[in-house]
Amino acid sequence: MADPIQNGTPGGSIGPSSFHEPALRLKLGLAEMLKGGVIMDVMNVEQARIAEEAGAISVMALERVPAMIRAEGGVARMANPKLVRQIMAAVTIPVMAKARIGHFAEAQVLQHLGVDFIDESEVLTPADETYHIDKHAFTTPFVCGARNLGEALRRIAEGAAMIRTKGEPGTGDVVHAVQHMRQIVREIKALTVLDDQELYNAAKVHGAPYELVRMVAKSGKLPVPNFSAGGIATPADAALMMQLGAESIFVGSGIFMKERATPLDVELWHEADAAVGLCTTQDIGTPRNPDERAEAVSRAKAIVIATTHYADAKIVADAAEAVTGSMKGLAAAAIEEQDLMQTRGW
Amino acid sequence: MTANASPCSPLIGVLALQGAYDAHVRTLTALGAAPRLVRLPPDLDGLDGLVLPGGESTTMLRFLDRNRFFDVLQTYVLSTPTFGTCAGAILLATHVEAPTQRSLAALDITVQRNAYGRQIDSSILIAPTALPGPPLEMVFIRAPRISRTGPSVETLATRDGFPTLVRSGHILAATFHPELSADPRVHQLFLALVRANRPAANRPGIATA
Repeated sequence: MADPIQNGTPGGSIGPSSFHEPALRLKLGLAEMLKGGVIMDVMNVEQARIAEEAGAISVMALERVPAMIRAEGGVARMANPKLVRQIMAAVTIPVMAKARIGHFAEAQVLQHLGVDFIDESEVLTPADETYHIDKHAFTTPFVCGARNLGEALRRIAEGAAMIRTKGEPGTGDVVHAVQHMRQIVREIKALTVLDDQELYNAAKVHGAPYELVRMVAKSGKLPVPNFSAGGIATPADAALMMQLGAESIFVGSGIFMKERATPLDVELWHEADAAVGLCTTQDIGTPRNPDERAEAVSRAKAIVIATTHYADAKIVADAAEAVTGSMKGLAAAAIEEQDLMQTRGW
Repeated sequence: MTANASPCSPLIGVLALQGAYDAHVRTLTALGAAPRLVRLPPDLDGLDGLVLPGGESTTMLRFLDRNRFFDVLQTYVLSTPTFGTCAGAILLATHVEAPTQRSLAALDITVQRNAYGRQIDSSILIAPTALPGPPLEMVFIRAPRISRTGPSVETLATRDGFPTLVRSGHILAATFHPELSADPRVHQLFLALVRANRPAANRPGIATA
C-alpha cells in the first residue's frame, strides 16, 4: 500500500492524544459542520440537485439505493466514478460515496476523485469478511455504521471520523435504527458509572480498545459525531431519531423511491428528448412527471425541516402534512436473517 | 442556564439551523457567556449578540426563506453584534460568488465559496495576526475566501494575502473555525464587541476577558 495513494498515516493507533492531531481534527471538523442536518442518497444529478435545493447538508452518491439493492439482489459496489464526478460537479454541498467494507482500493479511488466523506458501508456487498479499511491511512474522512458501542469504537479505532447507527437499510422501517441508537446510548450511560478497575473488563466485553472505552466513560459520549441511518422514511422518523440522540440523519430510500425497486421519475425533459419527438421544445427543462417530482421534493423538504425542528411537534406536523405520498415500506421483521444488511461488519 | 453563566453574562444566540453550533456553545460557555440556540425568529429576542456558525450556507438559506426569518435576521444583524464563521461569514457578506447566492449583506466583503477546494484540501495553519499574543491557529474546512473587502472593513488575519478574519463595526467574520481550536482569542474579541455594544444599564461589572 503506497502512501502517495492514501496520503494518511497507515496503522495509526488511537487514544486521547489522537484527537489533537491535525489529520483527525480536520476530519472531525467536517463532521461537526454536518450536524443537525440530512444526508440524502442520490442516484443521479437531478436527484442531487433536488436534495441540495431542499436543504440537504450533503448527498451520498450511489448507483442503487438500498431498497433497490434489496429488491434486485446481485453484488452492490462503489458507484461508477463518472457518476460520482457528475454529482460532485452538480452541487456545492459536500458529496459522500460508499465503498464496500474492507475494499480499500475503492476507497482509494473515491479519495482520488475528491469526495468529501467515504462511507464504508454494509449497504454494499462486503469485500472482506474479517478486516475493515485502515481509515487512518486516508486523508478523506470516513463514516461507518454500528449497531452497538463496541462496533462503534472498533470503527473509531480504525480511524472513522463519524459513526452512524445502522438500522436496516432500504426498508422504511425505523425499528432497528431505534434499537441501535438506544443500545449505544444505554451502553455509554452504563460505562460512565464504572470505576477505573472495571473499565479494563468493559473493554474486553465490548471488544474495543481500552483507551477509547475510557474516553467514553469519562465524557459520556462517543469521541466522534453519532448520526443515524437505516429505515428513516418520514419527518416523524427523523424527529424521533434526533430526540433519541442522533446528531444528524441519513436518508437512503425514503425520498426518491416510489415502489421498492422503482424510483420516482424526477427527471426534466432534455433537448435530446425533443430531438426524438418525446417532448416539444417548449417542454425542455420542465418535469417529465410533475406529480412524482413534486412528491420527491415534498419528502426531501419535509425531512430537512423535521430534522432541524425535531423537538417542535407543530413544525414536524406541518412538515409531514405537506408530504405527498410516501415510500412503500418493508417490515424489517419480515426479512430473513441472512438478508439483513446490518449484520455485515465485524 | 450554564455552570459559568451569571445574571450579567452576555446572552449570545447561536444560529442552530444546522452546522457547528455545538462547538460554538462549548467555547462561549467556557468563556462565561450564556449561549442560546436560535432556530426561529422569536429566539432572537433579548440577545446581546449572535453567532452564525459554519455548516452549509445553502441549507441555512432554505430555513431563512421560511417565516420571514431572512428579513428578521437581516434587521437583527444590522444593529446587533454578530460573529459569522465560514458559512456564517458567507451569510453576512454583501456579495457571494461560486455560485452567486443571496446573503444578509451586512458586511462589505465579497466571498468565494469553497475557494480552497474540497475536504481533502482542508488544512490547519498557524500564522501571526493583529490579535494580541502569539500566532493564531486557523482551522480551514472547505473554506471560503474573502476576495474583496470594503473600505470600512479591517483585516485582522490573512492567508496567502487574502483576509481570513475581518471586523467592521459590530460585525466580526472568520473564514476559519476558531470554535474548533483551543485558543479562545477570537471569541474573546467577539465578546468584547458585545460588551462595547451593550447599553450601560445592562452591564453591571462584567469582568474583561
